[in-house]
Amino acid sequence: MNTIIIAVIVLFSLAIVFGLILGFSAIKFQVVGNPIVDQIDSLLPQTQCGQCGHPGCRPYAESIANGEAINKCPPGGQATIESLANLLDLEILELDGDHDDNPIKTVAYIREDECIGCTKCIQACPVDAILGAAKQMHTVIVDECTGCDLCVAPCPVDCIDMLPIATTINNWKWQAPKEHNKFQQQLIATDKSQPVEQES
Amino acid sequence: MGKVFAFHGGIHPPENKHQSTQLPIAKAPLSKVLHIPLQQHIGVAAKACVEVGDKVLKGQCIGDAQGHLSVPIHASSSGTVCAIGEHPVPHPSGMSGLCISIETDGEDRWIEHGALENFRALSELELIDYIRDRGIAGMGGAGFPTALKLQLGDKHIINTLVINAAECEPYITADDLLMRERSTQIVGGIDVLQHLIKPSHVIIGIEDNKPQAFRALKAAIKDCAYNIDVISVPTKYPSGGEKQLIQLLTNVEVPNGGIPADVGIVCQNVGTVYAIYRAVSKGESLISRIVTVTGGGVNKPQNYETLIGTPVSTLLQAAGEIQDRVSKLIIGGPMMGYSITSIEIPLVKTTNCIVAASVNEMPVADPAQACIRCGLCEQVCPAQLLPQQLHWFAKSQEYIKAQQHNLFDCIECGACSYVCPSNIPLVQYYRHAKTSIREEQQEKRKSDLARERFEAKHKREQRAIDEKAAKRKARAEQAAISQAAKKLSENNPSSPVVDDEQQLKNQLNAAKLKLQQAQDHLTKLASSHGSQVSDSALAERQVQHAKSNLAQIEKAVDDFKPQLASAIVDVKKLKIGAALANTKLNKAQQALKKAIEKSQPGVEQLQKTITMLDQEASNASKLYQKALRKNTQAETDTTEVAETKRLKIAVAIALSKLKKAQVQFANEEYSDAASATLFELTKQLEKAEQPLAALQKATAENANSATNKNSVQPPLKTRARATETASPDLKVLKTAAAIARTKLKKAQDQLQTLAPEDQHNSSAVQNLLSEIKSLEEKVRLSQASYVKAKETSDFEPSVIESASVRRTHYNKILALHTKAMAALAKAEADNSPAVTKMRISIDKLSGKLKAATAALSSDSIPTSNKDFT
Repeated sequence: MNTIIIAVIVLFSLAIVFGLILGFSAIKFQVVGNPIVDQIDSLLPQTQCGQCGHPGCRPYAESIANGEAINKCPPGGQATIESLANLLDLEILELDGDHDDNPIKTVAYIREDECIGCTKCIQACPVDAILGAAKQMHTVIVDECTGCDLCVAPCPVDCIDMLPIATTINNWKWQAPKEHNKFQQQLIATDKSQPVEQES
Repeated sequence: MGKVFAFHGGIHPPENKHQSTQLPIAKAPLSKVLHIPLQQHIGVAAKACVEVGDKVLKGQCIGDAQGHLSVPIHASSSGTVCAIGEHPVPHPSGMSGLCISIETDGEDRWIEHGALENFRALSELELIDYIRDRGIAGMGGAGFPTALKLQLGDKHIINTLVINAAECEPYITADDLLMRERSTQIVGGIDVLQHLIKPSHVIIGIEDNKPQAFRALKAAIKDCAYNIDVISVPTKYPSGGEKQLIQLLTNVEVPNGGIPADVGIVCQNVGTVYAIYRAVSKGESLISRIVTVTGGGVNKPQNYETLIGTPVSTLLQAAGEIQDRVSKLIIGGPMMGYSITSIEIPLVKTTNCIVAASVNEMPVADPAQACIRCGLCEQVCPAQLLPQQLHWFAKSQEYIKAQQHNLFDCIECGACSYVCPSNIPLVQYYRHAKTSIREEQQEKRKSDLARERFEAKHKREQRAIDEKAAKRKARAEQAAISQAAKKLSENNPSSPVVDDEQQLKNQLNAAKLKLQQAQDHLTKLASSHGSQVSDSALAERQVQHAKSNLAQIEKAVDDFKPQLASAIVDVKKLKIGAALANTKLNKAQQALKKAIEKSQPGVEQLQKTITMLDQEASNASKLYQKALRKNTQAETDTTEVAETKRLKIAVAIALSKLKKAQVQFANEEYSDAASATLFELTKQLEKAEQPLAALQKATAENANSATNKNSVQPPLKTRARATETASPDLKVLKTAAAIARTKLKKAQDQLQTLAPEDQHNSSAVQNLLSEIKSLEEKVRLSQASYVKAKETSDFEPSVIESASVRRTHYNKILALHTKAMAALAKAEADNSPAVTKMRISIDKLSGKLKAATAALSSDSIPTSNKDFT
């Protein structure tokens, strides 16, 4: 009987001690905000285009954290879906809707001689990438443009084009080696040509 | 002779160096046009500082360095700038880059230049800037700005200077020939570097397949005062790699992601050292370099001292190109170089070799097979990586894992690809993975920037909204304050009630004054005629009575004032409510319209809410109209008060008549008959005052009921009744009072005429008496009519009430009907499905309307009759 009482007392006091520790740490080490939202947000392409149905990338990140599908980001394409699936340990889905898996990156271009200076595109641009003033010609800061094409619709004179980003020497990248075709795969090691001996 | 260490891996590909070492360095022919790319180095491209058409001299700066990580470019020969634009440049992509094209004039005239008199006299920084201004960038292959590499000495303590003379890549012999022929100049360059860096040890690392160069250098360093060694390293690819050579010579491994300076070593290519010598001792900018032209596709493979910007075609011609045999043109060596398609590509500072390879030399690569996990690649990797693993990760685009396996430590030497039995283009995979990762990083940076900008914009917009809201709030408060002030000012001076009150007060004061006078006179009379005391007391009582009446009027006025004000406020509120309800209704109707257009499911609900809102709106407007009516009643109250005033005036006049009569009485020398007349007159006045008192009582009642009216409906009705009854009474009494007044006047006149003639004419007095009697009769009559009117008004109210109720009912129905009709028209225009329902309800309404009209018309006849009675 005595041992039982001792055991109960010991367990009870342990429970109190651990409860206090947990309670203290819950206050002391409390994480403000939802860290997963930040992680998701950092994976999204930040075009702020709203094609996912949310007013910006962060709202979409928040709703992904609340269980929305991860395949609603056309600018991010399949790569974003994969990285999101990897982060959240979810199944990799196909991109929602009829978008290209790997969309061509574009950038807005204002045909400046047609611009009437209405500032509508400036208001529409989510990243302040359009420069101009009322009744003055506007232009796009190419380096800041995310290619969200939100500026195209408000333009009353349709002078904004979405141009694909041209490949230059600076952004050129090595292509992956071509995958061998069926015929080539049937080649066996002995078919390999002998290396030409140059040393004479 | 220093000790030689070893690095991991490495291969021994066929060297093929002897073809191009048979002939000495030749001067390449001057090309007609030189295309000088603005970017020939790692970092930021230079910016053209000449314009098309400008005459330039050899060695003239034509492109300024942009920032720290950049070097200027110079004209390689004299001539005219013929174009500044895109031109194919030596790049694995085969794409174009910005070039300055110079049409040479053949004079090859140098710009004025001279050697540094004594480079040792210059400060370190000045010397480094000088080197930089001569456009010197690493000539081993990467093209890193040399000045930047030398500046590192500030942050790091450099104890060893390594001169890279290994030249491990097959085919290339440019450095070999340079060392053979110009070893003293190279040592001259080393002098400059030694002065700049001040290392404790200078090591020249040279592969043992270049014995002639080794001997030449050995001879050249004999006179050197500092610690310098030429060390022969075993021939093994890629011993010419910076990190590999450092390990070979010093057994120090450059840390992952670090630079040689981190371990106290600076490594410079032998070609760069030669360029530094030329710059310092001759003042020449980097405008030429030694290029090996070799391969089975040329007749005389040879090294050429070539001007920067010379097209490949010029060199190939000089070397005797056999076009049929050239299957592939390679810039750089066969291991790390890349093939080019255009022969117009110019040579740049980093181009050390052109291989015009025949088919035998560079056969088409066999198709890649599957990896058999033989592990040969791992054995040859000089960077001690796991090429096989990297291959898998690169292939499946698992870049994070590839980075974890140190992909970026790969020097892309191609040893793994060379040994791969399955012919897997491993390096190509790594290059792809590297560029993809870099692209991702770039995008990440861009997206971070975009996020930052987006958040900044969002914050800015939020701030603007908040500011607007605050402003609006402040404005609303201001408006409310000014509104209240306005209301207050409206109520005070311009209120009709207050005006009336003022008038009433004035009259009251006047009446009081008159009363006072009458009282004074009476006291006088009382003192002079003791016998008339009783009469005077009577007059005094009358005056008292009039006083109390006045007090009553005052009270009524006081009671009436706040009620009227509250009524006005109430009406305003109701008006606002009605307007609100109407706007709500309009909005709901618009929403319904939209919903119908879009055929949304919530249409029925919307319709319900609309009917609800409709009712609300009609109720509100009804209330408002009622309130308005109340207000008009309140106005009639004011008129009532005015009537009271008039009566009051009449009373005052009567009082003055009394006074006059009293004066006459005094003049009549105690005539009994006259005194009797006076008595009668006073009585008559008293009687005349009675209806006034009754009226005042009624007014007081009205005021009392009016105070209750706002909260409850029934008091309003009683009040209305009282008002209705009061107005005919007032008329009757008014006429009665007027008649009494005229009669009194006549009696007075008669008395006056009697006074001078014969005061003792009893017959005249008799006549007067009889007249006064008839007067009395008339007053009585007027009183009776008053009583009668009161009685009728007691009975009539129910009729009036019902009539007014019917009228309001009729109005209500009429309003509803018109509204319903409008709604129907709208619904019909929108093709709403609710049209039929609406029609039915409208039919019902019109029935009700008809009934109401009938009721109203039947009412109107007795009502109008009553008005005339």
